[in-house]
Amino acid sequence: MAILEVKDVSKRFGGLQALRDVNLSVAENTVHAIIGPNGAGKSTLLNCLVGKLTPDTGSVLFQGQSVLGRKPHEINQMGISRVFQTPEIFGDLSVQENMLIPVFAKRDGAFRLHPFETVEHEREVIDEAMAALEEFGMADKRHMHAASLSRGDKRRLEMAMCLVQRPRLLLLDEPTAGMARANTNRTIELLREIMERRDITMVIIEHDMHVVFSLADRITVLAQGMPLVEDTPENIKGHPKVKEAYLGEAA
Amino acid sequence: MLGLNKRDTRFLIIVILLTLFTPFLLQPFPEESALAQFNGGYPDLMAKIAIFGIFAMGFNILFGLTGYLSFGHAAFLGVGSYAAVWMFKLLTMNVFPAIIVAVLVAGLFSAVIGYISLRRSGIYFSILTLAMAEMSYRLAYSVLTPITNGETGLQVRDSDPRILDGADAAQYPNLFGLELSQSWKLELASHVFTFNVGFYFCAVVAIVMFYISLRIARSPFGLVLKAIKSNQTRLNYTGMNTRPYTLAAFVISGMYAGLAGGLMAVMDPLAGAERMVWTASGEVVIMTILGGAGTLLGPVLGAGAIKYLENIFSKINENVLHEWFAFLPDGMEDAVIWLIARFTGEGWHLTLGVMFMAVVIFLPGGLVEGGGRIAAWFRRKPAAGAGAGGGDGDGDGDPEHHPKPTPRIATLGD
Repeated sequence: MAILEVKDVSKRFGGLQALRDVNLSVAENTVHAIIGPNGAGKSTLLNCLVGKLTPDTGSVLFQGQSVLGRKPHEINQMGISRVFQTPEIFGDLSVQENMLIPVFAKRDGAFRLHPFETVEHEREVIDEAMAALEEFGMADKRHMHAASLSRGDKRRLEMAMCLVQRPRLLLLDEPTAGMARANTNRTIELLREIMERRDITMVIIEHDMHVVFSLADRITVLAQGMPLVEDTPENIKGHPKVKEAYLGEAA
Repeated sequence: MLGLNKRDTRFLIIVILLTLFTPFLLQPFPEESALAQFNGGYPDLMAKIAIFGIFAMGFNILFGLTGYLSFGHAAFLGVGSYAAVWMFKLLTMNVFPAIIVAVLVAGLFSAVIGYISLRRSGIYFSILTLAMAEMSYRLAYSVLTPITNGETGLQVRDSDPRILDGADAAQYPNLFGLELSQSWKLELASHVFTFNVGFYFCAVVAIVMFYISLRIARSPFGLVLKAIKSNQTRLNYTGMNTRPYTLAAFVISGMYAGLAGGLMAVMDPLAGAERMVWTASGEVVIMTILGGAGTLLGPVLGAGAIKYLENIFSKINENVLHEWFAFLPDGMEDAVIWLIARFTGEGWHLTLGVMFMAVVIFLPGGLVEGGGRIAAWFRRKPAAGAGAGGGDGDGDGDPEHHPKPTPRIATLGD
């Protein structure tokens, strides 16, 4: 069953047609990669899924419900989390505090005025945050300033912050951009582990073919705002159209 | 105690003691000595410090925790004052209705201004609040004269209805009959200490407000405010709506300002538009930054430092300087006095400016950071001494080498 259904989505910025009748169907508990050359509309599409942009036409359904017109925090509360190209974390806060926020967001919803409770007394929230830090191997760094973490650890923390909320769908925007090969492989490992351990669907935008072919169950190739092909990695590898539009350029 | 952990409880107790003993702390010099000039222990100044401390504490919730720099908080102070004076005119000279209504009216007013201004963040937010406050000031000064009494200012008159007060009720602000202007003087070894009802009333309110801001800073709500300052994008994509949080912080800090305005009216029952002018908004920004934005005690220290120095420096006029430097040869005396006079008396703002620049450049964390550095310096010295002496292993028993750690204001206040 499709968890995410994108139908005929178009988006125009002035004279630029960024997306043209994009259709996409993501099956539950799979990894779906979106690839394409620069300017193909990958990030625009992702932004349409999380409420940052509203498409001009078309519809986006998540678990049968439309996400269009909803704000990012509402879409998150529906069960979609997003990892950014450059890790977005709370740099001024400690690693543990970073983990507390998503747990509070899941428990309390979009807004709750609780100025006379005490963070220290919220045992359940702290335990849940600590369990997630353990799971991602960051428990020993819990008192560190998040801004002073290495880039790889920031990425790891951001993923932990997304996953502690138990989202149904995780969107990843170039999770390995700017990483050395060793770190890239570690990230692939991490994502594989997550797929094994949890009931989760992932949509990955990625430039690195190594990452895409190691993880993806299905691949959609975008070019000039239009989906070119959608298929399994094996078939994409040898696809003439793809070679021409994307891989061919690189070779 | 009171829902605080051990460290915060100790912190609160230190603050309570400091506040209650202010009449002693600010009066360190004997009455007849040459240094009596620098005594600040008179009720008017001490109450001002407590009131501006409350103002700065509230401002810090918005600026220090949430990261929104408002340039219009004096508007809420002014609104609080007007509301309090109106309560004095209409209801009673008892202070409680006045300050409660001052807080509520300022809260309502800040909800409106906050709702509009918080549509933007960063510099645009600051400009919007500045514009709103300036508009409020102009309205209070002219258009709303029937409510604010324009440039004359709102005053309490004998002819006011005061429907809750009987015929023989007190004519001055009072706590159920106890007049706030009452003072007791204590003479002790040529020192004179003044204990004033008004100051202690403001001090108790300030302690309560400090406790509230401490609780807010330690709450999940306070954590979310810090997260807003740190990264709004992540917070939105984490499922929290930043708008109601920022509005709540804005209204809370507006209510603190309204309370401060109400207390000003309590100490001196009149209200004028000049309380809302933009330099008054700037003053609280300077207090907060000078003391240490984002720390709990910093804004209060900043308010205290500025109000104390303002009073002391403004009093030093050329006559005083002539007395001080009479020992110098004539030409030199005039030169020295001319130079120092630029920084004292009416020129005190120059001193404030220099001080502010020095703090921003050398102590970006404000006075609190300065305190922390001094404390660290004191801690390091004995440690180095013990190291040089060969080290005495588990020397917890030796008080010489292991003095009690000084209260670490900087870390307590973070």
